[in-house]
Amino acid sequence: MKRILLTAASLLAMITSFAQQDSTGYKSRKLKVEEINLVSSYYRQDGNNAAVTGGIGSQKLTDIANVIDIKLTRYDKKLRKHTFGGELGIDTYTSASSDKVDLKANSSASSGDLRIYPALSWSMENETKGSTIGAGLSSSTEYDYQSFGANLSYAQKTKNKMGEITLRVQAYLDQLTLINPVELRTGSNGEDDENYGSASRNTFSGSLSYSQIVNKKLQVLFSAEAVQQQGYLSLPFHRVYYQDGTVHQENLPDTRFKIPLGFRASFFASDKIIIKGYYRYYTDDWGLHSNTANIEVPIKLTPFISVSPFYRYYNQTAIKYFAPYKQHTAQNIYHTSNYDLSEFSSNFFGAGVRLAPPKGVFGKKHVSMIELRYGHYTKNIQMNADIVSMNLKFK
Amino acid sequence: MIKHTHLRATRYCCAAITACMFFTSCSTVKEYQKNKINDAEMTLGNRKVEKTELSFQGYREGASGANAGKTGGGCGCN
Repeated sequence: MKRILLTAASLLAMITSFAQQDSTGYKSRKLKVEEINLVSSYYRQDGNNAAVTGGIGSQKLTDIANVIDIKLTRYDKKLRKHTFGGELGIDTYTSASSDKVDLKANSSASSGDLRIYPALSWSMENETKGSTIGAGLSSSTEYDYQSFGANLSYAQKTKNKMGEITLRVQAYLDQLTLINPVELRTGSNGEDDENYGSASRNTFSGSLSYSQIVNKKLQVLFSAEAVQQQGYLSLPFHRVYYQDGTVHQENLPDTRFKIPLGFRASFFASDKIIIKGYYRYYTDDWGLHSNTANIEVPIKLTPFISVSPFYRYYNQTAIKYFAPYKQHTAQNIYHTSNYDLSEFSSNFFGAGVRLAPPKGVFGKKHVSMIELRYGHYTKNIQMNADIVSMNLKFK
Repeated sequence: MIKHTHLRATRYCCAAITACMFFTSCSTVKEYQKNKINDAEMTLGNRKVEKTELSFQGYREGASGANAGKTGGGCGCN
């Protein structure tokens, strides 16, 4: 809790210090609030393949997420544009399977947990040269998991400003608490002992993307990324049941190398219809290959109101170390019964409504945009979810 | 095996030809002609309202990254 308060206080102090600069400097260099966004979501899921109980059991989960972000801009002496971003997100979730870590319903701290994730970012754009450099810091804290992230980026527009290449490097340094399933706690770390150990998990990634304006109505983006993860990549409270009925902890290799490749396109098909497509191919050295395809068609009912139906298809192969409940044997050094790493396909569809009237939403001048979006998600392994989100933009 | 290699080579060739066709067909668009390209709905990134969707997809699916959700950090993933 102290950590949460300190993070929030630091974020507030940073924003206040930005605001204080507002009174100095002449007009073109004045720090101004570009926009403030509030994003709220409600998510629920259900299924019957919880990893905590070895691939069987309820996956019921609800999550309420609230994220507020602020974007400020100012120009320096050389007329370079500086953009400062601050973000604070809070998730409140309840998870039926987390209760089963202790096998005492509604007794585990994770059954109703909180995740808080602040982030800060800065970028400097040289409009004459067409280059932008940026940096960011982020953190995420929950009961059994702490993560710190940092990123650096560089973007360069082509001479005719029709294309832009972006390089980005990121690192996440995570620490997780080793909360074992209650029946696997031994010695001093017994059933009621909460002095758990911890382990680290680090992720390093580099990405390269290129966007291109093809003509007045079409733009595309290619993206390639290489991701290296190392450390404790299992989750300690995920059970695995062997064929002989004995219970074990999930055990996965301590390195994972991922390559996702993506392609996006946005096409203004007519005065009222936009077609947006996305495709991603993903592969990693755990044997997981996947394809993701997404299409969204925003329809402009008026210049300020649009409706956007969307559909997303996803499939993946299972990792080499997956087997269902009671299928593993002692011969498998690495093993998991986490169905998120099994073979499946999923469908996600829904629609969004976006209102951005010039006089403000509901006549409120500072509320420049409201967007509501609903989606229904199903996996072909008897798991389903619903999500409703709202974005309010203030200017 | 040979058939598989040929198939893969054909795919790469098709992708390269498509990419070449794409970029050679690019016409210069002046700033004042970018009203459609600059439309809020035309953005090539993810919109803020999709933030939680990308999070749950990252948790419930094995793949992530490439302009669709972050690739690590910050989740006990219940």
